[in-house]
Amino acid sequence: MIGSEGQRTGLGTLALYGVAGLVLLLLIAPIVIVAIVSFSSAESLTFPPPGFSLRWYERFLALPGWRRALWVSVQVATITMVLATLLGLLASLALVRGRFRGKGIVYAFVLSPMIVPTIITAVALYFFFVRVVGTGSILAMAIGHTVLALPIVVMVIASTLQGFDSRLEMAAFSLGAGRLTTFRRITVPIIAPAVLSAGLFAFLTSFDELLIPLFLAGVEAETLSVRIWNSLLLEVDPMIAAVSTLFVVVTMLVLGISALLRRAGP
Amino acid sequence: MAAADAVAAGQSSGAAVRIEGLTKQFGRSKAVDDVSLDIDPGSFFTLLGPSGSGKTTTLMMVAGFVHPTAGEIFVGGRPVAGLPPQERQLGMVFQNYAVFPHLTVFQNIAFPLEVRRTPGADIRRRVGEMLELVRLSGYEQRLPRQLSGGEQQRVALARALVFRPRVLLMDEPLAALDKNLRTHMQGELKQIQQRLHVTVVYVTHDQEEALTMSDRLAVMNQGRVVQVGTPGELYEAPASLFAARFLGESSFIAGTVVDAGDGSAARMRTGAGVELSGRAASPLRVGQAVLAGIRPEKFLVDGAPAAGMNHSPGRVTGAVYAGDTTRYTVDIGAGEAVTVKLQNQMRARTRAAGDAMALSWHPAETVLFPAEAAAHGG
Repeated sequence: MIGSEGQRTGLGTLALYGVAGLVLLLLIAPIVIVAIVSFSSAESLTFPPPGFSLRWYERFLALPGWRRALWVSVQVATITMVLATLLGLLASLALVRGRFRGKGIVYAFVLSPMIVPTIITAVALYFFFVRVVGTGSILAMAIGHTVLALPIVVMVIASTLQGFDSRLEMAAFSLGAGRLTTFRRITVPIIAPAVLSAGLFAFLTSFDELLIPLFLAGVEAETLSVRIWNSLLLEVDPMIAAVSTLFVVVTMLVLGISALLRRAGP
Repeated sequence: MAAADAVAAGQSSGAAVRIEGLTKQFGRSKAVDDVSLDIDPGSFFTLLGPSGSGKTTTLMMVAGFVHPTAGEIFVGGRPVAGLPPQERQLGMVFQNYAVFPHLTVFQNIAFPLEVRRTPGADIRRRVGEMLELVRLSGYEQRLPRQLSGGEQQRVALARALVFRPRVLLMDEPLAALDKNLRTHMQGELKQIQQRLHVTVVYVTHDQEEALTMSDRLAVMNQGRVVQVGTPGELYEAPASLFAARFLGESSFIAGTVVDAGDGSAARMRTGAGVELSGRAASPLRVGQAVLAGIRPEKFLVDGAPAAGMNHSPGRVTGAVYAGDTTRYTVDIGAGEAVTVKLQNQMRARTRAAGDAMALSWHPAETVLFPAEAAAHGG
């Protein structure tokens, strides 16, 4: 053991650390640069910025169009979170606990939105909703995002349910608890951290997603991602960097909460 | 133990459990095959067998988690095979304890009382008594992950007893504990069972545990009950080669029947030409191939030849010192060897390989098994 460990030091290790470091740098650098630029005092996107200020954040908050877009995004993401979590929990229970024919096919079907290119899902949803409710429906966008978020929710909850010790439920039955009481007092509390973190992933899936709202938002209900997209087509100023930084912060916060929840779980 | 007395006072005494023709078929194979048992109220009954013998499936059918293919289970005279587990009112302790990880010790033990809508003051009193009984007072607010395996086991036991079931089912409850703790818990479990007079149906593959704890036990193999009896009956008079091999240790000497006797006492001749007497495990006929089973501690060494005893010359081929005893492997000729266990008393002469050792043992401690049973029984 010591011999083989010893051989790892030297050039090979150096190269390994070098490549790993480079990959991490390439992943992180754009975010860091965007964050730095967002605090720029300059009129245009320049790096490094000549000075620092909060003017672009102030501008973002002052413009009603952007504020409205943020609010739309939050609404869509919240509805997506609720819908995807509820449906995902029920689907996971059926897929893990249920005994029925064609379970594998149903599972593949639930996961299929991950495989189908989002643009195809988006186009399909567009042609459907444009006839039913037209564009600009927050609910329609949320339903679209639920389709995308469902596979993630199902994977997170199903993997937790698979690891769930069914003897805990058997113990509850033997102690006199009915099925509903057992589900409510034993199963749900134990899988709750996984369910909540699946919900947060659903929220993020929706919050970050561009294609579906790009088709469905219309002009009435632009989400933040659509607004960024549209404004990038017209002009590029450091406010985009400020919005992007806010985006990253929200994502990091949600991921952080999710990590804490997982750690708190049993 | 005031708590135990208080608990015992509230406890209705244990119920009888009767199992009739219980069968569980999975596909083509029978996991449990026509098992019938009578378990006395307030007794400690063990199902003992190797893995796959059907002991756990039998217990799970009593608990209500497995539906029997055929047969009936009576608890206190009431048929329960059609009832869901919730309605059977049986306490159950699982192998991995199955303590609820998100609930404190108090909440775990209070759970069966809460689902029965017991008033809060009663819950607090009875949980307190139970904690005292299993020596966990002061642990009320701990979470299971802060407890050792032995402590979790006690929580599971308290939780299974707090609602005063008349029968307690236990599925290898001590298997995950280390040896010292297991021995200690065996004693405590037995003590609690006797104080509460609850009927215990206990599943284990550990024969020593089964012998020390049970009032009666059933040895199971391949879905069937091989033998039922007290630990003494099963150890001293195994009815089959399987029971003799599975419960305790035996040496087997091959031979042929020379006198079938009156059905229970028989004589055989070994390959080395020595004649032995023994009790027949099942009816024998002259000329039949048999195996004589003898427990290693039954041999007497170098004593004066006594009438009515079995005798065989032997030569030591190996000796293993084990502190209180020494185990000798003794060659008795014709390629046969037996294991002899001797106490290491002060006057006992230790022997080395190559030394002669004259063996004698009582015919009552010799059981003759039909050898053909070895093919499928062992």
